[in-house]
Amino acid sequence: MNIVVAMKQIPDLQQIRIRNRQPILDDVPLTLGNIDKNGLEAGVNLRDELGGKVTVLLAGNENIEDTVKEALAAGADEAFLVIDDSLDRAESSVIANVLAASIKQMEEPSLILFGEGSGDNYSGQVGSRVAEILNLPQVSFASSIEIKGNQAVVTRSLEDGEEIVQVDLPAVIAVLADINEPRIPSVTQILKAGKKPKEVLELDELEVEAGKAMVITTSNLAPETERKRVVVKSVDELIQALTTEGYVGR
Amino acid sequence: MAGVLIFSENQGLALELLTAANSLNSTAVSACVINNDEQAQALASAGVKVYIVKNNDLVMADVGAIAGAVKQVADKVGADTVLLASNRRGKELAGRLAQAMNAGCLTDVTALSIEGDKILCQRNALGGATVATQHIDADKKVIAIRPRTFESAASAGAGSVEEAAVEVKKAGVAVLEFKSRAGDTVDIEAAEVLVAVGQGLNSQDDLPAVEELAKKLGGEVACSKPVATDKKWLSEERIIGLSGKKCKPQLAVLLGISGQVQFTVGIRDAKTIVAVNSDENASINQMADYIITADLHDVVAEMNKKLG
Repeated sequence: MNIVVAMKQIPDLQQIRIRNRQPILDDVPLTLGNIDKNGLEAGVNLRDELGGKVTVLLAGNENIEDTVKEALAAGADEAFLVIDDSLDRAESSVIANVLAASIKQMEEPSLILFGEGSGDNYSGQVGSRVAEILNLPQVSFASSIEIKGNQAVVTRSLEDGEEIVQVDLPAVIAVLADINEPRIPSVTQILKAGKKPKEVLELDELEVEAGKAMVITTSNLAPETERKRVVVKSVDELIQALTTEGYVGR
Repeated sequence: MAGVLIFSENQGLALELLTAANSLNSTAVSACVINNDEQAQALASAGVKVYIVKNNDLVMADVGAIAGAVKQVADKVGADTVLLASNRRGKELAGRLAQAMNAGCLTDVTALSIEGDKILCQRNALGGATVATQHIDADKKVIAIRPRTFESAASAGAGSVEEAAVEVKKAGVAVLEFKSRAGDTVDIEAAEVLVAVGQGLNSQDDLPAVEELAKKLGGEVACSKPVATDKKWLSEERIIGLSGKKCKPQLAVLLGISGQVQFTVGIRDAKTIVAVNSDENASINQMADYIITADLHDVVAEMNKKLG
C-alpha cells in the first residue's frame, strides 16, 4: 500500500522567544509539526503491517531538504519535496494546491495522512482542502485507523463521542496527537536517512496554479498579560486574597 | 456586507453563530440546517431565515457531502460569507467548504470585528505564543468561530423555515457506530471556577483532595494534556490548552503546572489566576495574580481544611 504523509516545516516552538510582544523567529531551529509526526508514525505502522511504502511530502523553502531527514529517519521510505521561497509557511489554500498537484504526480496512494493541525498555526485546513481538490473522502480527528481491503475503518474522535466510520480508499485521514507515540530515531537511522531517495521539484516544475494567499495577517503579537503577580507566603494569605476578590465565602 | 450564512450541526453553537452573524452589519443573514427540524425551529424563533435541507442520504460524517450541501445553500441565498463553529466537525468542514467555494478560510477564531469592508478575526498563532489579527482577502469567506466566543441568540420571533433542495454527492464515508462519551460529561468551558492539575500531581490517589477543593470553590477539576493523555488520570474532556478547551473562568487555581504555552493559551483569559508550584521560577508565575511557592499537595490539604 502506498501511503503519503504530508508534513509541515515549522520553527521549533519551544525556542521562540518574545521581545516587546514580538515573536523572535531568527535563528530558531526548524523542525516538523508535532502532530504531523503522529501522522508519520501511523503511516509507518500501517506500512510495517501491510507492506508498501511511505512517501513524506513537504512544500516549503530550501531548508525542507534538511528538515525532512527527521521524517526519513523516523521510518519514511522516500521524500517528495516542492521547493520555493514563497512556500515557506505559506497560506493553507496555496499549500493545499501544491500538495494536491504533487499527489497527482505519484502512483495513486491509498492513504494520504495529515496531522489534525500544524504545530504553528493549527488551522487544520490543508487536509480538508486537499481532499476536496482530489475529490476524496476524508476523516479528521482520527484516533485509530484499520485497513480492511480497499476500505479503512477509522475512529473519529468528537467532543461528544467516538464515531466509527468506514471509508473507501483512497482517502485523506488527519490524525489526532493521541493516536500514537512517535518513535525517536536511532543514530544509525539518522545517518541512513540522508541516503533515502528524494524527489525534489521547484514549484515551477509542478503543473499547478498555487494561487495567491487569501489570508492577510495585520498583526501577530504575544497577548498582553496584566496580572497582579502577588506572591503570597501562606495558605491563609491566599484564602484572604480569594475572600477579598469574592471567590471565597460567597 | 453581502449575505452571511451560518451552519453548525450543534444547535447551541448555531445560536452562537447567529449572534456572530448579526454583528457583521450584513444585509441578509440566513441559516442552513441539515436534517434537524428542532434546530430549524430554534433558529427561526431567534429571528433568522432558515433553509433546511432534508435528505437522508446526507450524513454529518461525510464531510465532502456536507460541504457540497452547504455550498449549494450559500449559492442559493447569495451568501459570500459562511460562519461555522470551530468544534471538531466544524473545523473539519471549514477547509473543505472553503475549497469548494474557492474561499479564504480562518478557523479557531476567538474574536470578530468589522473594519470597513473587512472582517477582522483574532486567532492564536505560533502554537499559542501569539494572537494574530487576520482577515480574508477574497470574495468568498469561511470563518469557523470557537465555541462560546459569542452568546446564544435570544428569541426574537419573525424567522421562517424554508426547505432547500440540494444535490447530494456521496463521498464514500459510512457510519458504522457512534459511541457516546459515557460517564464524564463535564463542561469545563462553562465552569466559573476551575482547579487544574498538571504533572506536579504525584499520583491519581491525590485527585480526591483536588476534587474536594474544586467543590469547595464551586468549580470543576481540569488538567493539562499529559495528565489525561499520558497518565490517563482524568478524561480528555478536562484538558485545557491548544488542542483541548479554551476556558474563561472567573477563577483558575493551577496546581503543579509549569506553564508551557500550549497549556496557557487555554486559560489566559481567566479573570483571576492562582499558581501553586514548588518551583518559584515556574513560568506559570508570570501569568498569575496570586503565586504561592509550595508543594501543591500541602496547599490543597490546608485549603480543604480551612475552607471548611
